[in-house]
Amino acid sequence: MVVNPDYVGRTYPPDGPHLVDAALIAAFAAAVGSADPVHTDAQAARAAGYADVIAPPTMAVRFSQAADRAYVADPEAGIDFSRVVHGVQRFVHHRPITAGDEVLGTTTVDAVRSAGGHAMVTTRTELTTTTGEALTTSTSTIVVRGGEE
Amino acid sequence: MASRALSTVAVGDVVGPVTVRVDRDALVAYADASGDQNPIHQDEAFARSVGLPDVIAHGMWTMGASASVVTDWAGDAGRVVEFGTRFTKPVVVPLAGNELVVQGVVKAVDAETGRVTVDVATTCQGEKVLGRCIAVVRLD
Repeated sequence: MVVNPDYVGRTYPPDGPHLVDAALIAAFAAAVGSADPVHTDAQAARAAGYADVIAPPTMAVRFSQAADRAYVADPEAGIDFSRVVHGVQRFVHHRPITAGDEVLGTTTVDAVRSAGGHAMVTTRTELTTTTGEALTTSTSTIVVRGGEE
Repeated sequence: MASRALSTVAVGDVVGPVTVRVDRDALVAYADASGDQNPIHQDEAFARSVGLPDVIAHGMWTMGASASVVTDWAGDAGRVVEFGTRFTKPVVVPLAGNELVVQGVVKAVDAETGRVTVDVATTCQGEKVLGRCIAVVRLD
């Protein structure tokens, strides 16, 4: 299977909205070992200037991967998910994802490249609230390992 | 918890090192919280069937655990404005678990904007598992 280069530049319709739930933030923070009370204590979060408890910086991936699934799972895109490894991940945060946010993710295919029999696929997902506030720009490169045809 | 004061931060400051334990229960908890249920992170037989040496941690777990060391240092998890990495080597998680060591060094401090750039080195059994791992935090 060959990754389809014709998808470069394509933007998918927004995924979501996903309601950000305080319990999910607490579970994610525990899973990555962050004891910062801004994840679990609304009073501490407000004291730090936030509207409610906030997500750890990498929790944006939950929403960006939900949004890029429409592309990755599209059979015409040619991505064999059993051969995918995560190569690069980058987040630019415009403001922390906060409990009560309704998150939309809009994915664009930025690049499809071949290198040494593998394909490198870069997607960019803009996370916003349903009211249009920018949350996070998530850029991800996956490597689709080449193999026997 | 108040965020670290910008005036106290200088190029060359060291973040950590912090040792982080990981075991299979931690990966199941991460899978549930992140939505990434790929069985290579939970099921030893499946992981071996696709050519891996054992269960491996989610790259995003390793990135997230590394971020937690930076946010603990910054004193406020909402201060991370940029965070990026390459995934250079998987973290193998045998039944007995494994350990990461996360350490950072302040590479740049912009007194005007409050942006502090931290180079993060995350190793497992002495080998780097993240490459070009850079966090930018904004401090007052």
